[in-house]
Amino acid sequence: MALNRRTFLKAAGLTTLAGVAGHAAMEFLAPGELEAALSSQVGAFPEALTAQRWAMLIDTEKFTTMQMYQRCIDACHVLHNVPDIPGDQEIKWIWTDSFKHTFPDQQHGLLPERIKHQPFLLLCNHCDNPPCVRVCPTKATFQRDDGIVMMDMHRCIGCRYCMAGCPYGARSFNFWDPRPHINEIDPYYPTRMKGVVEKCTFCEDRLAKGQIPACVEVSEGALIFGDLENQDSEVRRVLRERYSLRRKPSLGTNPHVFYLI
Amino acid sequence: MLEKALQGNKAYWGWIFTLLVLIGIGFGFYVYQLQHGLGITGMNRDVSWGLYIGQLTYMVGIAASAVMLVLPYYLHNHKAFGKLVIFGEFLAVSAVIVCLLFVVVDLGQPQRLMNVILYPTPNSVLFWDMVVLNGYLFLNIVIGWSVLHAVKKGTRPASWVKVLIYVSIPWAVSIHTVTAFLYAGLPGRYFWHDSLLAASFLSGAFAAGPALLLLILMVVQKVSDLKIPKEAIQTMTKIITYAWAINLFMVLLKIFSAFYSQYPSKMAGFQYLFGGAGGEYMQLMPWMWNFVFLGVVSLALLVIPSTRNNPITMTIALVMVFVAGWIDKGLSLVIGGFIPNPFKVHTEYWFTIPEFFITVGVYAVGLLILTILYKVALGVQREVAT
Repeated sequence: MALNRRTFLKAAGLTTLAGVAGHAAMEFLAPGELEAALSSQVGAFPEALTAQRWAMLIDTEKFTTMQMYQRCIDACHVLHNVPDIPGDQEIKWIWTDSFKHTFPDQQHGLLPERIKHQPFLLLCNHCDNPPCVRVCPTKATFQRDDGIVMMDMHRCIGCRYCMAGCPYGARSFNFWDPRPHINEIDPYYPTRMKGVVEKCTFCEDRLAKGQIPACVEVSEGALIFGDLENQDSEVRRVLRERYSLRRKPSLGTNPHVFYLI
Repeated sequence: MLEKALQGNKAYWGWIFTLLVLIGIGFGFYVYQLQHGLGITGMNRDVSWGLYIGQLTYMVGIAASAVMLVLPYYLHNHKAFGKLVIFGEFLAVSAVIVCLLFVVVDLGQPQRLMNVILYPTPNSVLFWDMVVLNGYLFLNIVIGWSVLHAVKKGTRPASWVKVLIYVSIPWAVSIHTVTAFLYAGLPGRYFWHDSLLAASFLSGAFAAGPALLLLILMVVQKVSDLKIPKEAIQTMTKIITYAWAINLFMVLLKIFSAFYSQYPSKMAGFQYLFGGAGGEYMQLMPWMWNFVFLGVVSLALLVIPSTRNNPITMTIALVMVFVAGWIDKGLSLVIGGFIPNPFKVHTEYWFTIPEFFITVGVYAVGLLILTILYKVALGVQREVAT
C-alpha cells in the first residue's frame, strides 16, 4: 500500500493525539502511577541500595579511641571534597562535640565519667519533619521518599534561611570559594562554589551505587545504617535491644539519627 | 513630573552628589563581596544573618508605617494629614526598595534570585515575603504617583485609586507580619519563637516609622516651602507615643514569661543581650542598655504633654525613638536570635568595614530615591499653590 503524504500526516497526528490523551487520562485517573511504573522497570542503578526510611544509629559505646571518630570524619570529608576552612566560617558535614553541647537539654553535672568526657558524632539528622525543607524558598533543599534530606547546589540562592531553620546546626555555608581549601580534590564528587549551603546527604551518591555511607563503612560497626521501616533490619533489631536518645525530640522534627547510650 | 527633580539649587545638587559618592563606595565594596563571597562579612556558621537582614527587618517596619498617615486620612478624614500622606507613601516606596536591596546583597548567589519565582514555594515564608514586599512597592508607587498626578491636574484621583488605597492598608500590616513570621516560625530559636512577634514588630514600626517621617519632614520644611500643620504634628506624636508604649510593654511581657517561668532557653537570649552571658560575650550589651535608656527617656518625653509639644524636646524624643528602634530591630533582634547557637555555645558577630559600607550604600540608594520623589511631590504642590 502506497502511503501518500496526506494519509501519513493524518495517521501521525492521530497517533500523537492518542498518546497525549492516553497519558493525560492516565495522569488524571491515577496521578503519578505511570512514572512510578516506568521507573520501577528501568532503574539507572540496578545495584542501588534502597529503603523505605533510612536511619542511622551511633553506638557510643563502640567508639573507644579518638582515631575512630577521626576516621569517620576524614572518610566523609575527603570523599565529598569538604574544604578545610579554619575559624567560624568553617564547613563540616560530620564532626564531634561533647554530650553537653549535643544534648543541651539533657545534660546535668552528675553524668557518668564516660558520657561526660566522650565526644559525640554530629551530622544532619535527616528529620521526618525537616524545618530546613519547610523554609527553603526555592526547593533547593528537599526530602526524598526514603527520608534523605537533599541539597540541589545548583538551585540554592544562598539565602541561608535553612541555617536559621535547622535546630541542630547541621548546615554550613560556603562563605568563600571552597576549592583552594581542599587538600586533594576527589574527581568523583562535585566540588561546590561560593555562596551555597551544604550538609551531609547520607551518602546518597554511594547508596545509588550499592555502597553504604562512607562514615559507616570505616566505623568498625560503631555506626549502623539501615531501613527503619523494615522490621527485620539491623537498625530495628538494635533499637529493640538498646536504649537510644535523639537530639531535641521536643521540637517535633523527628530526627532519624539515634544515639545508643 | 520627574523633570521637577532636575531643578534644584547648589545644596540640592551637593546632597545628590554626596549620595552618589556613598552609592559608588558601597557598590565598589559590593563588587568585592561578589568576587570573594560573604566571607568578607562578619557573619559565620552560627550567626548566619547579620547587619543586612537586620536592616531589612527595620526598614520593612518603616515602610509599613506609612499606613499611620493613610489610615487616619482616608478612613477618618483627618484633614491635617492631607498634604503629608504623599510623603508617607513615598517613604514607603524608598524603604521597600531598600528592603529588597538588602535581600539581594545578603544572597550568596544573587544571580539566581529569580529561582524564587521560577520555583515558587508557598510553604516558605520567604516566598511570601517576596510577594508582599513587591506588592506593597507596586501599590505605593501607583497610588502615590496617581494621587500626585490628580493634584497636579486639580482633579480627584480616579475611583480605582481609592480601591488600591483601601487595599494598601491591610497590605501594610501584612508586610511586617510576614517578615515577623520569617523568624517566629522556626523551631528551637527561642528568642524569635513568639506568637506575638508580628504584633511587637508592628508596634515598634508604628512608633519608629512616623518618628523618622516627622524628622525628615522637619528637614524638608527647612529647605523648602513645605508647612507641616501643627495639628498633624500633634496627631503623629500621639500615635508615636501610644505605639512606643505598646512596643516597650511587649518587650517586658517577653522578659516576664522567660524569667518568671525560669525557662533556660528563653532566658538565654536576654542573658546574652543584657548580661553578656555572664560577662563573657559583651558585644551587644552596651547597645542594649542604651536601648533601655533611650526607650524609657523618649517615652517619658512623649507621654508628658509639655515635652511632647515643645519642638526641641519632641525632636530629641523622636531621634531617641528612631535610634532605639534601630538597636531593637536593626541590630539585636536578628543577631540575638542566633546567640547562643543550637549547642548553647556563644559565637559573637560584629559587622566588617565592607559590610558597613555596603549597608551605607544601600541606604544611600533609598535616600536618593526618597529625595527625587519628595522633590517631585514638593514641586507639584508648589505649582498648584501658585
